[in-house]
Order: sequence, then C-alpha cells, then structure tokens
Amino acid sequence: MYVAVKGGEQAIRNAHCLLAHKRRGNTARPELSVTQIREQMFLGVARVMCEGALHDAELAALALKQAAGDTVEAIFLLRAYRATLPRFCASRPLDTGAMRIERRISATYKDIPGGQQLGATFDYTHRLLDFALLAEQEAPKPPESAPARADACPHIMALLAREGLVGEERARAENEPPPDITREPLAFPASRAERLQILARGDEGFLLALGYSTQRGYGRNHPFAGEIRVGKVDVWLEAEELGFCVPIGEIEISECEMVNQFTGSREVPPQFTRGYGLAFGSAERKAMAMALVDRALLAREYGEEASAPAQREEFVLAHCDSVEASGFLSHLKLPHYVDFQSELGLVRKLRRDRSRR
Amino acid sequence: MANMSETPQPGYNFAYLDEGSKRMIRRGLLKAVAIPGFQVPFGGREMPLPYGWGTGGIQVTASLITPEDVLKVIDQGADDTTNAVSIRQFFERVAGIASTTRTREATIVQTRHRIPETPLEPGQIMVFQVPIPEPLRFIEPSETETATLHALSDYGVMHVKLYEDIVRHGHIATCYAYPVEVNGRYVMDPSPIPRFDNPRLHMSPALMLFGAGRERRLYALPPHTEVVSLDFEDYPFEIQRPEAACAICGSTESYLDELIVDDAGTRRHVCSDTDYCQARVKAREAAA
Amino acid sequence: MNVRLRDAQPGAASQLEVPARALSGEKARPLLQVDDVCRLFGPEQGCQEVSFTLYPGEVLGLVGESGSGKSTLLSTLSGRLPPDRGRVRYRDGADWLDLYAAGEGRRRALLRTQWGFVEQNPRDGLRMSVSAGANIGERLMAQGARHYGRLRQCALEWLRHVEIDAARIDDTPETFSGGMRQRLQIARNLVSGPRLVFMDEPTGGLDVSVQARILDLLRNLVREFDLSVILVTHDLAVARLLADRLMVMRRSRIVESGLTDQILDDPQHPYTQLLVSSILQV
Repeated sequence: MYVAVKGGEQAIRNAHCLLAHKRRGNTARPELSVTQIREQMFLGVARVMCEGALHDAELAALALKQAAGDTVEAIFLLRAYRATLPRFCASRPLDTGAMRIERRISATYKDIPGGQQLGATFDYTHRLLDFALLAEQEAPKPPESAPARADACPHIMALLAREGLVGEERARAENEPPPDITREPLAFPASRAERLQILARGDEGFLLALGYSTQRGYGRNHPFAGEIRVGKVDVWLEAEELGFCVPIGEIEISECEMVNQFTGSREVPPQFTRGYGLAFGSAERKAMAMALVDRALLAREYGEEASAPAQREEFVLAHCDSVEASGFLSHLKLPHYVDFQSELGLVRKLRRDRSRR
Repeated sequence: MANMSETPQPGYNFAYLDEGSKRMIRRGLLKAVAIPGFQVPFGGREMPLPYGWGTGGIQVTASLITPEDVLKVIDQGADDTTNAVSIRQFFERVAGIASTTRTREATIVQTRHRIPETPLEPGQIMVFQVPIPEPLRFIEPSETETATLHALSDYGVMHVKLYEDIVRHGHIATCYAYPVEVNGRYVMDPSPIPRFDNPRLHMSPALMLFGAGRERRLYALPPHTEVVSLDFEDYPFEIQRPEAACAICGSTESYLDELIVDDAGTRRHVCSDTDYCQARVKAREAAA
Repeated sequence: MNVRLRDAQPGAASQLEVPARALSGEKARPLLQVDDVCRLFGPEQGCQEVSFTLYPGEVLGLVGESGSGKSTLLSTLSGRLPPDRGRVRYRDGADWLDLYAAGEGRRRALLRTQWGFVEQNPRDGLRMSVSAGANIGERLMAQGARHYGRLRQCALEWLRHVEIDAARIDDTPETFSGGMRQRLQIARNLVSGPRLVFMDEPTGGLDVSVQARILDLLRNLVREFDLSVILVTHDLAVARLLADRLMVMRRSRIVESGLTDQILDDPQHPYTQLLVSSILQV
C-alpha cells in the first residue's frame, strides 16, 4: 500500500518536534527571551501587532519568537489568538492631536506650529553596516539634550481645513457604531471606515508596492507628506454605567496624512484631499503607504477615473491581507490528487482523441 | 450546552469558537438552507489553521457539533491524509468528540474534494471545504458584478465557457468544481470535487453544507434538492468512468487514485475512498 | 424648415417628424419616448433639455463635434447612465416601460434581448478571448438556448449575414481585423432580434475603405431586420448614408433636428450651417 502521502499522525508529530528543535537552535547559546524581542526588536513587534490587529507587545514578541522571526507567521499566530477574544466595546476615537509626540515632520511647510521633530529615525543614516554591533558593546548614550517638548502641535490638515483648502471628512454620528470588518462580512462598495480597517491590517509589502505604483503613474494622485507623527496617545473608553469616559492606557502609534491634489468638480471648487494612514507602534512606512492607497481608493468618491490597480477597491481589499494570502498560497501544498487525477484522465483522453484524428 | 469545564483544551470554548460566533454561523446556515445554492456572506473568524486549509468547513463543523456527534474527516477521500488527520485532531482536542473513519457511523462528515462512495443517509451532514465559492469567479472577477449576475439569474456567460470547451476539446472539459444549477435557480460551485461525484449531490438524503473561510461565504443543499450539472442538450453531462479496477479491493465503480509504483513509471490504481476500500476488503475476507 | 421635436407627444407626432414612409398600425406607434432628459457633468457638459420620439424602423443620427454631449446622451438613452432629470420610456408591446423607474433586472433583460449596443471599439463589445461562435451565441445562451448544434447553426447564419467566412467560427476575435471585429460585434447584437440598436461611432476607428463596407452592411441589415437605430457620429457622411433623421447637438443641447436631407441641404441653425459647410469644403 502506498503510504508516502498518508503520513498520518506520527509524521505530523515528528515535523512539529523537529520545528521546535530547529527554532531553539544550538542549546549551548542562551535562549532568546520574549522581553529581548519586545525591547530590542520593537519595530518587528510593531508590525506584528499592527497586521495581527492586536495591541499587545508581549504576545507579539512571543509570536515572533514562536515563529522564529517569520513575520507573516507571527502575524497569523496573533490573529488566530485575537479571534478568540471577546469584544467588549469600541473605544472613543483616538485624539491624535493630543499625541505625546516623539517624532513629527511635515514636508509641506518649512516651519509649523509646534515645530518639526526628527525623533528616532533611520532617515539620514548612511546605510553602512555597523560592524561594532557584531560584538557586545557599551550601551549607546541617549542624546545630550532631549529636544524640547512642543506644547501645541495642531494637525497640518486642520490648518488647511480652516482655510477651506481641504475637503471635510464625514464624521460618524455620535451614536453610530463603527463597522467591524472582523465581525461582519464585507460588501462592495465598502465604506471608507471599512477600507481603512482592512488597510491598517494589510500587508505592508503589498501596500508599499501599491502606493509606489501610484507614484509611478498608475493612478497618480500628487501626494505631499502633509504630516507624519509618531508618539503615544491615550485610549479612552466610555463606561456606559458611569456616563463618562475613562482612560484605559496609552499606545504608541504612527499617523500619516497625505495632502493630495484634486482639481474640483461641478459642485466642488478645486481643493486638496486627504489620504490617511495609521499604524500601531513606530511604523511610518506602513502609515505612508496606507495613506497613498487610501487616497487612491477615494477615486470613485471624487469622480476620478478608477482604472489603476491601487484604485480598484475590490482588487486592493481582497488581496491585501497577508494571513489570507499566505494561507491560500500554502494550501497548494495540500494534496490535490483527486483533482489532478481527473485532469490527468482528461489530458490523456484529449491526446488519444487527437491521435485518432 | 457544553460548558467550559468539559472543554478538553483549557482556555477555549467547546469546539473552539465562542457561542456568539457559533450562533452567527448557524444563522447564516439557516439562511443558506432556506435559499439553496445562494452564497450567504458571514463574518468568518480567523481560525488557528491557515486560510485555504479548510477554515470554512471547520467553522461550519464547529458551529454545529455537539458532544454526542461522531465526526469523520476526509481529504481526497482518505481519512489518513495529513490535513484530514490535522483537522480531526483539532476537533478531538477542542471538542473532545468521538471520531470515526466509517462513513455509516458518522453524523458529520467534513470533506475536502470528495463525497464518500458509501451512500449517505438521512440525518447525516456533509460539510464541504470550499476554496472559491463563486462559480463565475474565473469568468468575471468582480464581486459586485457576479452578485448582480446571480440576482438576475444572468448565467449566459457560464454556458459560454462550456461552449468554448466543446469548441476546443470536442466535449465539456471541466473535470472538477463542475458548476451545477440548484433547485432551478442558483448556479453553484460544488467545491473542487471531481465531476464523478456531482450526481451524488442530486436529491441527496443528507444535508450538504459548504463553508468558504477566506471568502467568508456559506451555502447549502437541503436534503432532497434538485441539483443539475450544467450541460447542452446535445452534449449532456457525463462522468468519467474509471479506466481500471482498484488494486486492493478490485472495485470498478469507485473513484481511483493513480499511483506510480516504480522508477519505470508503472501505474496502479487504488480507491481514493479508503473507508470504502477497506470495508470491501473486510467483506471479501469474511466471505472467504 | 426647422422641426422642433422636443414638443412632440406620444401619438401626436406631426407628419414631418417621422420618416417619409407609409405609416400603418404598429409602425405608427412610437417605440421610444424621451422627455426633457438632463445629465450634466459641468456647465454645458453632458446633455440637457432633450426630448424626442423614435418610431419603429427609424434611424436617428446624433451629430455634433466631440464634447457636445452625444455620447452622454446615448448612455442615458441606453440605460447605462441615469439622468439627473427627465424620463426615457420604451414601448414593450402594449406597455410603456419607464427605463430608470424599472428595476435593474428588467433593464438588463431589455439590454440583452430587445436592445443592442454597438461600441465604437469592438474590444468593449466583444469577448476577445472566446470564439466568434460563442460571441454570437452568448445572448441566446443567456435566454436559455441549450443546444450546441443549433447555437452553431445560428452563429453560422449570422456570420453569413455580416459577411464573415464560416470557417472562422471557432477563431477568437483577437485574430480578426478591425472591420471583421466590428461586423462580429454587430452580429453578436442582432442575434437576439432586437428592435432598437444604439451605435456609438460604429465606423470610428476604421480605415475609409473598411468603413464603406460596414456602412453598406449596416444599411442592408437595418432594412432587412427593420431595426430602429440611434446612431452617434461626428461624420456627416455616415449620417447622410444611414440616418432618416438627425439631431444636431452643441454644448449639451439639441440645436436643430429634422429629416436628414433637410438638415444637410438646408441647415437653419448657424452652428449646423458651420458644421455642414466645413464638411462640404473638405
């Protein structure tokens, strides 16, 4: 009897055992701790939290450890865990205007109220391998004088809006609950809130490539980085029985607002429009790419021709999730021999038919 | 109702999903049964198995299963393929239910790509894992457009594809996921079962449920539903007859897997339905 | 004489508004009734204040320069673009169907049975990757035709009507010339026996010699199958050859309408005069 594909229970057990063994590696070396990952690989942790759609640095670091550094696998682990959690309520909208800013830049104005603040960034580093990091070394010192904390940092977009230069966003009614793409099936056309939720969980590489494609002319929308801000914000809950809001903690987020051109239409005079990106942790590449794609997906609302890949809602939303995509890709590894058998039979029959002709 | 203390896997509800999610899925299934062949969107949850590996079927099973149920899981017709083993273990772990390989003993049969050879009986439930629920997907990629086509029963384009098959190959060359018309109304993808299995959908006494996890769709065939495989009057639907007999049980009626048994490419055929095959061998031994 | 068709009422049309043919019974009853249709994208962009009546067997030409609103009007008339205001009604037997008040199902059914639409670019109106036979058969299959042999017979008949070699039935339009594609698109539309066909610059992208053949074919098919046609063209020569009646559009409005010969030989509106003289000078 043919047994190779009928590996069964023992084969699965052995595979998992081998994986755990390889993950741990050489036991003569100290084991990587979850705390180390959380604190020293925090950008990787941020990505796992963001696309895993769960703000929990401890669990995201655990997922990265368990996945041996495979980001997509770690995101999947965190998502699967997230799906089992009860949902109590929705928080109040985050007030990013009240962010405790660590980094804030604008590419549209030389000077802005509250000032520009570089924060911790790879920008302007020369990408030279630092061989000193090969050896353990003395901890780098923090900068001598911490930059002065800007007091008021109004959103650049708010300044443009005050002049009527940027379109108003439709605010959700006070008692209208936000949609939840993890609970309700998506129907097309999707609302902007649903689109942003999907993009926020979307694969960074996919969004980066799509955003890039708009810059190269496939759905060009003339973006300027109006503002990028990274820092901590409070999360507030409205406790129904109390009748007032309480803060339940703070999270670090990256927010990007792109200023995009819009030529106006019959009803609307020329003005700027907004592409919006938001990500957990310090993740401005994700936030910027998301903002580009968000704006591209607004093409229909602004009556623009929507023909480029980044502008096609169904295409973008149906394919931007790495958990869905990697799952469906990996299912090709499952046995397909019943279907292949029927194709095999067909091809043989067709070849026979042809040779008879 | 099962409670947490009976749950074999600590920290998770009976059958993994929380009761609210199960209710949501069952509501979707009720709607699906009420409108045979119609794809019901549902708020699919992320499962701890990858999308594409049966998350739709697993959610359907999880929403229905009770501690009294007996579960059979097959992949490619076999109980001992790795993915079937993995899913069966999942339910043993999170629901502590009994499982079987015998089609007759099962109350729920979750399947990927096959319908068992042993005829199903009233009261049994088949749960199909579905990768792409939309039969029109590869003709019309837009969800908005396919939804409209279904709503208006505008299925001409489906026959365009079958017409092209005949033009190119002399007969309809779709060998699996062969589209069917359900109850004279909706065109449905029967999941990638070989078309050999299509006749088993028609007027089946068992309830047939289909779950697509990644695409978040449920659909159903209630017992005794008319299921017609699409065809032309002068090119009627027909199934591929096996070209050999099973090397183990000798069956000439069942769907066969082809095996290459040596370096010279020698081929042998065995039943894809392992339970059916073993039962025939046992019956023969008993008779001898 | 300048005939103002927007004043026309169903059943109360004056003799001048209809082609100079004997009117009797079915033919005397309007097929399409358009009342004050308006669809604007900007000031004078799109169409507005359009009213007219179309009779069975009549070919109505919509002429005007590009940007005058012809294509917008055609989309609105053909059920593809809801007007901001106004009504488009189609007579289906004894009933009048209000196009945009009817459900999408009814409208789509109409579009694929009693109506046809010939696109300027045949790529937009054909399935380029399926055979000519399937292209022709699609409408019939959508209506429930389930006999492969008869579908092929019908496809062969239509290939003959549009003068395409029967041997090409299993070839895809990708392998066809521009003129053949356009003829195939016409066959694909006419196979369901439509009463009303919309055409958007049907000879627009073709060489002059190919154009002549298509025009000749269209003229014969219109007569043979007694089609009503609404034809958008910027080419007055095409209009003269095919249309019984013309409506001249400029900056979203109909500025003049009447019998084709009348408009082309004795234009009243200054814009029409300019249009006609500019052609004649060429």
